[in-house]
Amino acid sequence: MSDQKVESPNTDSSSAMAVASPGARPPASPAQRAWRRFRKNGPALLSSCYIALLLIVIVGWPLALKLTKFAGPGAATWAKSHAPEQLSDGQFQPPNTQHWFGTDEHGRDVLSRVLYGAQISLLVGFVGATVSLVIGVLWGAIAGSAGGRVDSVMMRTVDVLYSLPSIIFVIVLMTTLGEKLKQLPVVKASPALQKDLRLAILFVGLGAISWLTMARIVRGQVLSLRTRPFVDASRALGASPLRILVRHIIPNVFGVVIVYLTLTVPSIVLYESFLSYLGLGVQPPMASWGSLISEGVDQINPIRIYWWMIVFPGGVLVSTLLALNFLGDGLRDAWDVKG
Amino acid sequence: MYFLRRLAYMIPLLLVVSAVSFWLVHLAPGGPFDKEHAPASPQIKRNLEAKYHLNEPIWKQYARYVGGLARGDFGPSLKYRDHSVTDIVRQGLPVSMLLGWLAFGFAMGVGLPVGFITAVRRGRWQDHVGSFLAILAVCIPGFVVAPILVLVFTIKWHLLPVALWESPVHAVLPTIALGLYFSGKVARLFREGMLNTMQMEFVTAARAKGLGESTLLFRHAVRLAVLPVVSYAGPMLADLLTGSFVIENIFQIPGLGVFFINSSLNKDYTLTVGLAVLYAALLIVLNLAVDFGYMLLDPRVKYE
Repeated sequence: MSDQKVESPNTDSSSAMAVASPGARPPASPAQRAWRRFRKNGPALLSSCYIALLLIVIVGWPLALKLTKFAGPGAATWAKSHAPEQLSDGQFQPPNTQHWFGTDEHGRDVLSRVLYGAQISLLVGFVGATVSLVIGVLWGAIAGSAGGRVDSVMMRTVDVLYSLPSIIFVIVLMTTLGEKLKQLPVVKASPALQKDLRLAILFVGLGAISWLTMARIVRGQVLSLRTRPFVDASRALGASPLRILVRHIIPNVFGVVIVYLTLTVPSIVLYESFLSYLGLGVQPPMASWGSLISEGVDQINPIRIYWWMIVFPGGVLVSTLLALNFLGDGLRDAWDVKG
Repeated sequence: MYFLRRLAYMIPLLLVVSAVSFWLVHLAPGGPFDKEHAPASPQIKRNLEAKYHLNEPIWKQYARYVGGLARGDFGPSLKYRDHSVTDIVRQGLPVSMLLGWLAFGFAMGVGLPVGFITAVRRGRWQDHVGSFLAILAVCIPGFVVAPILVLVFTIKWHLLPVALWESPVHAVLPTIALGLYFSGKVARLFREGMLNTMQMEFVTAARAKGLGESTLLFRHAVRLAVLPVVSYAGPMLADLLTGSFVIENIFQIPGLGVFFINSSLNKDYTLTVGLAVLYAALLIVLNLAVDFGYMLLDPRVKYE
């Protein structure tokens, strides 16, 4: 496994010159060099802008709907007709000036639903990835630093989980967890918690199937770092194993982990949309991109086409996944991590 | 010898997989007979449970199940009670496998050339276009591409049938919808493999000796560059051959993919565990085949 300290063949010349010529800037840190490489990556930069823009719209749209209520009666009706859960008689309208993405089977504004669904999809993606990060890093770091029998048992467990079909694991985990948590007195007492329960279960369920590769990567890194001279030096100076792990190993694994994390987010967003498509993810009236697409697919028949109900949610989903993947690839190339 | 040992290792691994999935499905609350059409009286439910030994402690049930497995008996399905698990697999698997092989052919047939061209023309327009298409293919889920294909090719242009599994024409859209993601994945892996191989010293040495560029690429570089694709082919085929819920659902194909999801939702214990064991066995055999392919392709690889 190559490490971020090993130069790639196409390292930019500026940092090499900085080292060569005396009196110039001090040698760049790995993070600075990575940033310089990343800056030159057009698609990755464009993708960062796209994601930033999307986040602004996702946050801004509900705010705009709330604020326009106070801007006069005309604006208030506009806001009302665009509320994501507002039913109306204007069913299956194709995209028009009023409803840019058209309306669905209950006359709801598809644009609003896509943007509200985006909140759920992205939230699940980021939180799920964080869950997988925590499990994967802990599992991999413990296995790698413990070594011996502990290591082999932990990694065999990963092998077994790899060879189970993930969908069976997710369904069983989510139903079990859902039933168990519903029995908790705290949850029974508060309706708000019951509503968010589904989301919490999605976080855990998706995180729980996505940590396997992370654990393998982290373990490999830890194993290769353990034999490095600077770790030997630290050990020779009398550092405890815990100190070595926390001060030397974990910071060095960090870059690789962040890179892999950015590639985990789109795969979890995709998996969530798959689960919601199956009806196992978020429950109505809550929507995510997957459940919106599934509503569109249900309306397919040979006589009429409601293409906007598939093309718009699908388009936003695909473009977001595309941007997240470009971003992840850009970060990986910049850190020079082998995927 | 090495491969024989690996095959022997398969048995304990399958035992563990079956035990884990057996335990997992029983962990979920509720039972297979909760959602019967007629509200079953407690007595009927008890009788059903007794018939399928669900009232026994779980280790005893598992022992009974493994005993059946040893005789090649996957047990009766608890939901579709007229059928054994073997029946269901025997009906669905050939359909899913045929579609899976077609999609595999599509993924390789499209992915390998695209990967090759983007690597050889690195940095030129062919690379930009090809790499973008490859990453796009990875980002479009089956449940988006399948309805869009249906909208364009059948509803708008009336070129291909909407659904069903009857003639070769019916297989076109499902094959593309299922294989698209994997073709993008293959293209990306092959491009990476080619780029890494082209930087190796033996390529420079061969070039210095005056070897023609096409001989160099096709005879020597490709053999190593295809290795990442080969190792991906194992898990990829395991996924493809066991069927896809989404594609089979949209195109109404009577495959096995539907059962992977329905069996765990229905708490159909035997069917779920049987499918998990089937998938794991397929994955293990395919990974073994991958290692074998490595040995043939890469002279440096030797297994002891």
